[in-house]
Amino acid sequence: MIGEDDVRYVAKLARLRLAPDEVARMTGELAKILAHIDKMSELDAAAVPPTAHVLDIVNVAREDRPQHSLSRPDALRNAPAVSDDCFRVPRMG
Amino acid sequence: MSGWEPVVGLEMHVELDTQTKMFCTCAVTKGDEPNVHTCPVCLAHPGALPVVNRRAVEYATRIALALNCTVQPRNIFHRKNYFYPDLPKAYQISQYDEPLAVSGWFDYWVDGEKLRCRINRVHMEEDAAKLIHAGGDTGRIAGSDYSMVDFNRGGTPLIEIVSEPDIPSPEAAREFLQQLRNLVVELGVSECNMEEGQIRWDANLSVRPEGSAELGTRTELKNMNSFRYLQQALEAEIPRQIGILEAGGTIDLETLHFNPDTGTTTPLRSKEEAHDYRYFPEPDLVPLVIDPAWVEDLRTTQPELPEARVARFVEQYGLSRADALLLGGSHALAEFYEEVVAAGAGAKPAANWTMGEYLAHLNAAGLEAGHGHVTAERLAKLVKLVADGTVSTSSGKEVFAKMIEERAEPEDVVEKHGLCQISDTSELEATVAQVVAANAAQAEQYRAGKRQVLGFFVGQVMKSTGGRANPGLVNELLRKALEG
Amino acid sequence: MPTLDPLRLTAREAKRLLVEGEISAAELAKVYLDQIAAVEAAVHAFILVTADNAAKYSTKVDREMQATRGPLAGLPIAIKDNMVTEGVTTTCASKILSNYMPVYTATAVRRVWEDHVVMLGKTNLDEFAMGSSTENSSYQTTRNPWDLATVPGGSSGGSAAAVAAGEALWALGSDTGGSIRQPAALCGVVGMKPTYGAVSRYGLVAFASSLDQIGPLTRSVYDCALLLQHIVGQDPKDSTSVALPESIALPQGERLDGLRVGIPGEYLAAGIEPGVRARFDETVARIEELGGRCTEVSLPHTEYALPAYYIIAPAEASANLARFDGVRYGYRCADPVDLLDMYERTRGEGFGPEVKRRIMIGTYALSAGYYDAYYGRAQRVRTLVRRDFEQAFADVDLIASPTTPTVAFKAGSRTADPLSMYMCDICTIPVNLAGLPAISIPCGLSDGLPVGFQLIGPAFSENRILRAAHALEGAIGFAPAPTFRDSAAGVANDAGWSPQPGGLCAQALREGAS
Repeated sequence: MIGEDDVRYVAKLARLRLAPDEVARMTGELAKILAHIDKMSELDAAAVPPTAHVLDIVNVAREDRPQHSLSRPDALRNAPAVSDDCFRVPRMG
Repeated sequence: MSGWEPVVGLEMHVELDTQTKMFCTCAVTKGDEPNVHTCPVCLAHPGALPVVNRRAVEYATRIALALNCTVQPRNIFHRKNYFYPDLPKAYQISQYDEPLAVSGWFDYWVDGEKLRCRINRVHMEEDAAKLIHAGGDTGRIAGSDYSMVDFNRGGTPLIEIVSEPDIPSPEAAREFLQQLRNLVVELGVSECNMEEGQIRWDANLSVRPEGSAELGTRTELKNMNSFRYLQQALEAEIPRQIGILEAGGTIDLETLHFNPDTGTTTPLRSKEEAHDYRYFPEPDLVPLVIDPAWVEDLRTTQPELPEARVARFVEQYGLSRADALLLGGSHALAEFYEEVVAAGAGAKPAANWTMGEYLAHLNAAGLEAGHGHVTAERLAKLVKLVADGTVSTSSGKEVFAKMIEERAEPEDVVEKHGLCQISDTSELEATVAQVVAANAAQAEQYRAGKRQVLGFFVGQVMKSTGGRANPGLVNELLRKALEG
Repeated sequence: MPTLDPLRLTAREAKRLLVEGEISAAELAKVYLDQIAAVEAAVHAFILVTADNAAKYSTKVDREMQATRGPLAGLPIAIKDNMVTEGVTTTCASKILSNYMPVYTATAVRRVWEDHVVMLGKTNLDEFAMGSSTENSSYQTTRNPWDLATVPGGSSGGSAAAVAAGEALWALGSDTGGSIRQPAALCGVVGMKPTYGAVSRYGLVAFASSLDQIGPLTRSVYDCALLLQHIVGQDPKDSTSVALPESIALPQGERLDGLRVGIPGEYLAAGIEPGVRARFDETVARIEELGGRCTEVSLPHTEYALPAYYIIAPAEASANLARFDGVRYGYRCADPVDLLDMYERTRGEGFGPEVKRRIMIGTYALSAGYYDAYYGRAQRVRTLVRRDFEQAFADVDLIASPTTPTVAFKAGSRTADPLSMYMCDICTIPVNLAGLPAISIPCGLSDGLPVGFQLIGPAFSENRILRAAHALEGAIGFAPAPTFRDSAAGVANDAGWSPQPGGLCAQALREGAS
């Protein structure tokens, strides 16, 4: 079943900072939920096709015609940090 | 490199020249100020949804057809999940195990030899935004204080082309890429402008004992943004791998970053483990079911591709394979050449002048074919003037140079600078007689048997006539005069 | 101006009063704004009340549109705060969007705005629509107006409570695993989830893309149909939206003659508490009294629907919520040392515990090596659940079940055990997996708290459902209104209810009996 190492790995993948006590608690909670989910493995569903889309529609596409974009002020309106009309993020290195 | 052979595969990304982005209606443009072509979709605002650009599907299919791929009857999009500031949704809408097209090939030429590289897949995805790293010296991530994101480019339709590891050398890789780029440009689906990053690639390289059929462990090479760098990077990596293997070591499956300043590759300091992309089918988009009749329609309306045009040039204009490759290999030059011929110049002389003076002019001036300072019509006229003897070949080169300088018609240049070829026998006889008389010693040498002295006399006659004497006639008259 | 009871007024009736000039839009808006002022401190249904805008706009409707034009003009509505509204903050009840000002409007909301509804405000929800009690909101816990010590259900708890408490004439909510129907049941109002694709999701902050749908919460089935009419329709901005094969009809009729209704044995075995079961059985009997025929059907894969949902929904959510990363909008942690720190702390601080749990499950289920065992398998179970319904609908026209296993539970009673909370949705989740339409209508009280009755139909059978629900609603004659008692505070004010002689139900019996 899921252990604390798994939880730490998954938290990293999901970019979620968990406090140490959160890791322990989360591990217990997730283990219980996954145990319940494992009920599915009772079923032999291998021959059943998966449903990725519940609607039977295909080929939805649009014309290649430009429409109005946001003004730059609107694009940046909610930005937590702006620099030279760009979205600014902390150092990546 | 004795006993070893390299195996190269290429993964290429091409930005399409559609009007709008892959999944939203923002315009695809270049060079605008930051963040003026964005919307809730390509900024990944909460609640925004993607809608497929039909023309991007068409263009992608044209690429797939030109690469002889099987266009799948059904394809779907997948989410490729990872975090990066240039990826606003923190997933890229891409294709995974049900791509647009698979199993094609591309024939290309290396040193007159035709090679075939199989194509694994062609699929559709969206481009990331532009990241600018600030505060450091180099503009790279390392050493930067912060980074900035411009989302204008984010969402541009991107076609991924993956080759099989069929490319046998660094030079072949360079030719493959160059010719594939030409192909895509010919299709009219992308300008593949390299400065703008409209075509990008990574290379996979492994080595194996010569003649072996198994593949060795490969490394992935990144950050080669010119064809020359691609070749350089591969040439640097091959001996490195061989060195390791010959010393009994094993190659690590790793990513290497090419440094154009040193010409070498170094492993990327990856701060994290390999990406776990957690692909799953994109629930916000529905499958694309491709109508075979539509594919056939595209096939019949494909533009003439380089391979076909080269063959046609050989056939239609009687050119050699090598000349046809040079003239027919790229659209712009081919178009120019055919205009010259259409304006009345003979096919072979037109070829010589286009491949010679015209190409030299383009290279010197840094211009694209069709955008030189000599039009096809004017070049055709010049070719005809030389062909009918009005101008000698060597004068013709001078005329060409002056046509560029003065942006003038060839006949005007000829007249203005008095460059008409002198073919009047009596006029030339007089000059010949003068020259022979003035160089009695050399005349004696000639009569004594030193035949190469003729060249000296030809030169003197040319000097005296300002290069305009008809060389053939000069030769004839000189011989007559000297041999008496 | 007539005295209006906001706890009972329907949109149909309000429209009649507006059209006949008995009330103005401004007066009507004031009725609701006054009710909000009176009870909101106890109910906490709204994250944001746009009182000034509502007052001004309703005045404008009176002045310019004469309140007669358009079926929705002047009618006050509440919108769940996970639908973006340009110029009005949209928070999804999350800290990570506490300052988010949308630059566009959700299509469904835009459609009703264009019909000149008067928006009263944005209602509370479980954070990012993840929950069944609205206790996962990062801002406030909404209380059920029937007993303030209990929950209104979730995730559209704010919208349901607002309608039940007379704080709005009607509301929009969203339903991914039951988030409209379950709170509707717990709050004694009507709630409907349309067929997947019937209403555009553009502007609905995505939780699970293949399951989410926007739908109405109203005081009557007729109102539900009226509101639904105005939000359905293909939207070029949503590739998964479709045009309905027939337009929504406003329901009429009192009988259910010839209607075949299936009762799935598996749903009744699912831990339904006795009071809920009793009301359900009574309602089934009513269907037969109205000429319908109820038979047992089997949906054999029901018990696997919840596990499948709790893979599919979190998996899609884990990707849908990845965009909340502090780069382009929303919360960003203070003084990040580098990009990774910013990502991890922004999301760690910005998301509540339930959201984090679901992101974790979803990420895990999709991660390398687990896809086939979890997500892949869940998608196959989904096919089995769909087929169950298809097979059942070969023999019946609608399927009926209790909407929820229990009535409203005490706030705090399930928060320690996430699984127990998930069990609230046992009767609603399979419907989302199959993409089908379903409605919940109040069918009675148990221990003074409302019980919901669910009708499920095949894809695009909205009109069939609405017609049946309307007739059944008339027969049930559910009359009580919430009393705002608080069992925790010991304030007893039980509604108590039983069918009144001479009411619609009795009349129908007299005329229809044979």
